[in-house]
Amino acid sequence: MAQITLKNVSKRFDDEYVVNNMNLTVKDGSFTVLVGPSGCGKSTTLRMIAGLEQVSEGEIWVDDECVNDVSPGKRDVAMVFQNYALYPTMTVKGNIEFGLTNKKVPKKERESLINDIASIVGLENHLYKKPQTLSGGQRQRVALARAMVKKPKVFILDEPLSNLDAKLRSQMRTELIQLHQRLGTTFIYVTHDQVEAMSMGDEIVLLNKGEIQQNDSPMNVYHYPVNVFSAEFIGTPAMNVFLMEKIMPYTSNIDKDAHYVGFRPEHAAILTTQPYEDSHCITLQGQLLTRETLGSETIYQIKHRAGNFTVKSFLPPLEENNKNVFVSIPYEKLYFFDENKEQDRDHHWKQASSLTVEGM
Amino acid sequence: MKSRLPINIINGAGMIIVVVLFLMPFVWMVSTSFKTLGETMTFPPVWFPDQFLWENFIKAWNSGPFLRYFFNSVVVTFGILVLQFCTIIPAAYAFARYTFKGDRFFFGLTMITLMIPPQLIFLPVYLQMSSWGLLDSLWALILPFASSAFGIFLLRQSFKQVPEELLEAARLDEASEGKIILKIMIPMAKPVLITFALFSFITHWNDYFWPLVMTTSDSARTLPLGISKLREVEGGVAWNILMAGNMILVIPILIVFFFAQRQIIRAFVYTGVK
Repeated sequence: MAQITLKNVSKRFDDEYVVNNMNLTVKDGSFTVLVGPSGCGKSTTLRMIAGLEQVSEGEIWVDDECVNDVSPGKRDVAMVFQNYALYPTMTVKGNIEFGLTNKKVPKKERESLINDIASIVGLENHLYKKPQTLSGGQRQRVALARAMVKKPKVFILDEPLSNLDAKLRSQMRTELIQLHQRLGTTFIYVTHDQVEAMSMGDEIVLLNKGEIQQNDSPMNVYHYPVNVFSAEFIGTPAMNVFLMEKIMPYTSNIDKDAHYVGFRPEHAAILTTQPYEDSHCITLQGQLLTRETLGSETIYQIKHRAGNFTVKSFLPPLEENNKNVFVSIPYEKLYFFDENKEQDRDHHWKQASSLTVEGM
Repeated sequence: MKSRLPINIINGAGMIIVVVLFLMPFVWMVSTSFKTLGETMTFPPVWFPDQFLWENFIKAWNSGPFLRYFFNSVVVTFGILVLQFCTIIPAAYAFARYTFKGDRFFFGLTMITLMIPPQLIFLPVYLQMSSWGLLDSLWALILPFASSAFGIFLLRQSFKQVPEELLEAARLDEASEGKIILKIMIPMAKPVLITFALFSFITHWNDYFWPLVMTTSDSARTLPLGISKLREVEGGVAWNILMAGNMILVIPILIVFFFAQRQIIRAFVYTGVK
């Protein structure tokens, strides 16, 4: 178990910064998820922590040791690769055992460790098979077992579920969460899938263009996005963000300082009849463009003069297309961002608190 | 389905012709090695001798220090093979997996040596061996072939196909570079290594020119030279004995081929298997 600290870490390939002056603390025992679009530097960050990539500038600390010049094998980190990277010429047992043999763990101890791990991940009956003969899920387990058996301080997982089908993926997701609780080891997990990030992490590090956008718990990232990028990345469908001036004609109750305004699709209510004038809500009238029924919820695409936006509703789906609809959003659910696309926190809070007063 | 029949016949006939072309000299050699001298001279040639004369082999074997030749051939071919493995595996690994100053230049240099036939450089090598006092010894037959540009090239290609992630996983598993080569690279390149070993084995087992130049006494000569000596008998060539000698030369190759067959085929269909 260990805390990992990145101090002003940068990674350059030639003159291009892939990771730019990153400061990050991964708490001991946390399940930290690095998430971001492809090319945001999340994998590079991970590989630098693992020691597979040298840092260009800055320092990486594991507990109170600077590991910049420590070789990958000596860092006490174990990694699960996207393509599993199992040794094809070795059996499952050989794969799990390889790291232990290199650490010169005595044979007896190796045997018992391997048997323990195999029963944890359910591979007892496959120990003497070659990886090629296993299914995707089983290979995934071998990769996990190979990492776990070394009892590392830190687990590093690089998009480990992206090669699995949807059903297996959600199953493995639960298993990984349980595994983390059971081991209590620090997990660092990389993904581009915000659903994985939200559901698994207890700490989300949102990256874009090599810089940290937001670093907080999943619920805080969802409820208090610090900038437009964060607001649009977390949540499905993405938050609707408008230029303030486009929305101003439809409301009179908003402070004019903010530059952008947004709301989450699930915070809006969709109605077919004009609602009563309500000082707590902003109401937008638009046309229904498309409708996606997902069973428990329905996602509507709505055409509006200020721009198209989406609404998510948990009510029974509306039938007709091209119909005039009214969408109302409570003021307290609006998010405001300044011209740098950063959240205007004071502004937001002022608005929210004044509303509460009004409501009382 | 109907129209494919003539094509099949043509195909089959073509294959038979090729097989006959390649097999006939070989069969002739086998049958001659069992004939009496008289039978070798008859025309048209007899394919099945009346009697299988195993004595031909004994005669051939006893006509010179064949045990010595055989032993020398084994030492030379295996000595070369072991040295080649010791040099080409690390070299191929370095060329395939590292970037270092001048890597492309040195690889180019290695490739250029492929174009130089040994006959072209035997004189300087001869002088070098002579200055080291190694002429007329097995060292003169082994050392010049201690590495192989062809082997480096072949192995580098197959090392390049190993995914980088595997090496990274191994490094995280605290494996040293030596261990990575031994436990991951070599097992993965096994079919290619076996194929190369076979090439090398056949080339040096059958090599006639190099031992002829480098050695003068029987104590350092190899099988091909010994067999060519069978021709230098007085009163015409005893073809049956000569062919028996050739059989002695060829049989070890056949045995090796027999065991390596599957690996060779795998070496050439290995691409695509991940």
